Amino acid sequence: MTSHRDVLRPAVAVVGGGPAGLAAATALRQLGIGPVLVLERQRAAGGVPRTSGHIGYGVRDLRRVMTGPQYAERIVQQARDWGSDVRTGAMATHWAGDRALLVTSPAGRLLVEAEAVVLATGARERSRSARMIPGDRPSGVLTTGLLQDLVHGRHERAGGLIGLRAVVVGAELVSWSAVLTLREAGCATVAMTTLHERPESYAAFSVPGRTMLRVPVVRRTRVTRIVGKERVEAVEFTHEGTGQKVMIECDTVVFTGDWIPDNELARMRGLDLDPGSLSPVVDTALRTSAEGVFAAGNLLHPVDTADVAALDGRHAAAQVASWLGGATRPADAVLVRAGAGFAWVAPGVIRPGDPAPPRGRLLLWPTGHRAVPRVSVRQGGRLLARRVLPWPASPGRVFRVPWSLVSAVRPGDGDVIIGLD
Amino acid sequence: MIDVDVAVIGGGVVGCAVARELAGRQTDGRPVAVALVEARGDVGDVTSKANTAILHTGFDAAPGSLESTMVSRGYDLLSAYAGDTGIPVEATGALLVAWTEEELSTLPALRDKAARNGYADAVPVNSAYDHVPALGPGALGGLLIPGESIICPWTTTLAYATDALARGARLLLNHRVTSADVGADATVLSTTGGDVRTRWVVNAAGLGSDRVDAMFGHRRFTVVPRRGELLVFDKLARASVPRIVLPVPSAKGKGVLVSPTIFGNVMLGPTSEDLADRHDTSTSAEGYAFLLAKGGVIMPGLMAEEVTASYAGLRAATEHADYVVDVDPAQRYVVLGGIRSTGLTASMALAERACDLIEGSGHRLDLRPDVPAPPRMPNLGEAFPRPYERVDLIEHDPDYGTIVCFCERVTRGEIRDALRSPIPPVDLDGLRRRTRAVMGRCQGFACGAEVDALLRGEGA
Repeated sequence: MTSHRDVLRPAVAVVGGGPAGLAAATALRQLGIGPVLVLERQRAAGGVPRTSGHIGYGVRDLRRVMTGPQYAERIVQQARDWGSDVRTGAMATHWAGDRALLVTSPAGRLLVEAEAVVLATGARERSRSARMIPGDRPSGVLTTGLLQDLVHGRHERAGGLIGLRAVVVGAELVSWSAVLTLREAGCATVAMTTLHERPESYAAFSVPGRTMLRVPVVRRTRVTRIVGKERVEAVEFTHEGTGQKVMIECDTVVFTGDWIPDNELARMRGLDLDPGSLSPVVDTALRTSAEGVFAAGNLLHPVDTADVAALDGRHAAAQVASWLGGATRPADAVLVRAGAGFAWVAPGVIRPGDPAPPRGRLLLWPTGHRAVPRVSVRQGGRLLARRVLPWPASPGRVFRVPWSLVSAVRPGDGDVIIGLD
Repeated sequence: MIDVDVAVIGGGVVGCAVARELAGRQTDGRPVAVALVEARGDVGDVTSKANTAILHTGFDAAPGSLESTMVSRGYDLLSAYAGDTGIPVEATGALLVAWTEEELSTLPALRDKAARNGYADAVPVNSAYDHVPALGPGALGGLLIPGESIICPWTTTLAYATDALARGARLLLNHRVTSADVGADATVLSTTGGDVRTRWVVNAAGLGSDRVDAMFGHRRFTVVPRRGELLVFDKLARASVPRIVLPVPSAKGKGVLVSPTIFGNVMLGPTSEDLADRHDTSTSAEGYAFLLAKGGVIMPGLMAEEVTASYAGLRAATEHADYVVDVDPAQRYVVLGGIRSTGLTASMALAERACDLIEGSGHRLDLRPDVPAPPRMPNLGEAFPRPYERVDLIEHDPDYGTIVCFCERVTRGEIRDALRSPIPPVDLDGLRRRTRAVMGRCQGFACGAEVDALLRGEGA
């Protein structure tokens, strides 16, 4: 059997047409690199913002505020205007070489042989199954991603998948976004649950959440069972401290947050993965462990905002250009690991001589809440820096550590560990 | 009123196989009129959809039992039929692993037992790790069963039902049988979808088979639903499970196995728990904990992988160790009861047996010379080319180049085909069983809305 019909040989193949991938493509073209091929598996490019109706997109990258769909449309247009070949309905299914991919698209099965590859495949929320929530398996169990696709993609209350009374699992930023989307679809949120002592999301979001939306947030509580034969009828909550169980009647459950990177291609390529995030390990130039394969966006830090993902893409573009120009990566490498209070850190490798990471920040995922976080950086047991940062560490929200805190890192002194005191 | 020669009660894998076999027979040159009477809105929607999906050699059955005979015969019949219809089967083989000295000492007896079941190919192995390198520490040895295979249980049931329809059988969905009135020449089944008049009745009602049996005045067995919970792990784990890993069976049952699935995942299970409720297919925290503990011993590395799905099936166990298969010639009634997870493998043999029992009661069932060719089923198996990777198909129809469900790589063309098939899906679960749509690692995060729209005919 022939494996493909046509062969494409772009300078750069970008896998994923969301904010990170499109920003990378645009920036590559602006640097004079081409041809650039963007592979987007969905029927339209733009990524998650495409179906995310609320305002707040574009702040850091485009310096303006717009809704998700407006933002998505704009970044797609930008990439096309700068001459990238943005293909939709095109999914990279296998690797066919170090930087070659097999792609299924309506235009045929393609072999893409690129000089460099940028993986920008994003992240998804763990499903109810992946979270191992027992009980019945009725309809009406969603993730925020599916909910937003249903409501903003095509049709409200689609197929009865969305009911009238919802429980939202999680109290992160994305969880409040789910509450808003549910409301738009005519579905009331009867409760939100969080494992944590206090809601994780931005104060700016949870204040209107508590007042305007009037959603009770049940704290230190886990969803332990789903009840309902055909349709969700109730969920069981169990309090983490007391073990007390409560049933709440509802017909819809939305599992929010609990992100996992869409790392299938990364794993199929055998890239080194971070054990905490399961993202490919990159250095501050966003190089993965495979030469000529770069990564950007929420594949690396599940998840940060769309504008941060886009700025990753822009950052990666400059490094891809440099690699295509013949630059090699510095031989010395220092590994960066998440210490106390964090699940992961990205980038995970520092190479002397490399540029600072995107936006001059290291990104970490807090495991608990800390109003006044004191961050310490150690290398081989030696304290390199300690600083109280003026923003809180909250689970469900990326925590940013300025690059200056690791400026004293030296190769050969062992791994760098960033933790909270 | 619907009037047929034979009504088969139950559209599970066994009932569909029986309907197909009967519809391929004739009496005095006239094709047998068959009705497949199913309580639910789809075939294979209860027990047949949630099993361990293994095509068994029958090596560990009780020698001399009907189950042994049926599984052995059914294995050959279904293997051949799978080839004809495209039901995906992978002959992965199985490795039975001994974890204790006691288990190790029973392996020779198991090999003898296999031979007495007509299976002579079992091979003792010194190092289990040579055959499954990812096994946890402590495996002392094993028995290789090369013939054990994995199969798609959904496609099997659908192939039988589709074939039965092509042969002229009628499929009566949403017809729950509530009573049977046995007359001198015919029996009238009252159902929630109207009455069905029939000369013969075959009871393949699975979890409800004892109740149907009681409608004919029999008290031969009681179905005790035995719940089996299973975990399905991510496709990225598949490479570490080259074959089915079986425990040494004990008095407590067959135990927990780790198996590759035909869809390219890895399955861990089942639990085994007798229930009173015949509808309770919920999963439990205890079941998860039990499976994770077992899995952690059998293959610790697997536990680091993501869980894609979990489900629970109910096996129609009875107080009898063997199948309950019998004929009541006076009432023109055949029972196929107590068919547990081996029923998938045994299905075609049970269909033959049902015909034999009817024939033995004086009702001729000759083979029809004019049966249509068996259907060619869509391939859901990972070991064979799927539409998304077929240059030829995409060339002719771009819908096969449009992947809708990314995790499972299901194309728009396949979903369209399923919706236009002779037995179209009535809900998302039915579409899943016909195409694999939405059964992957994201469980609809990326494609649920699109698939839902296509299912409801709103796809652009």
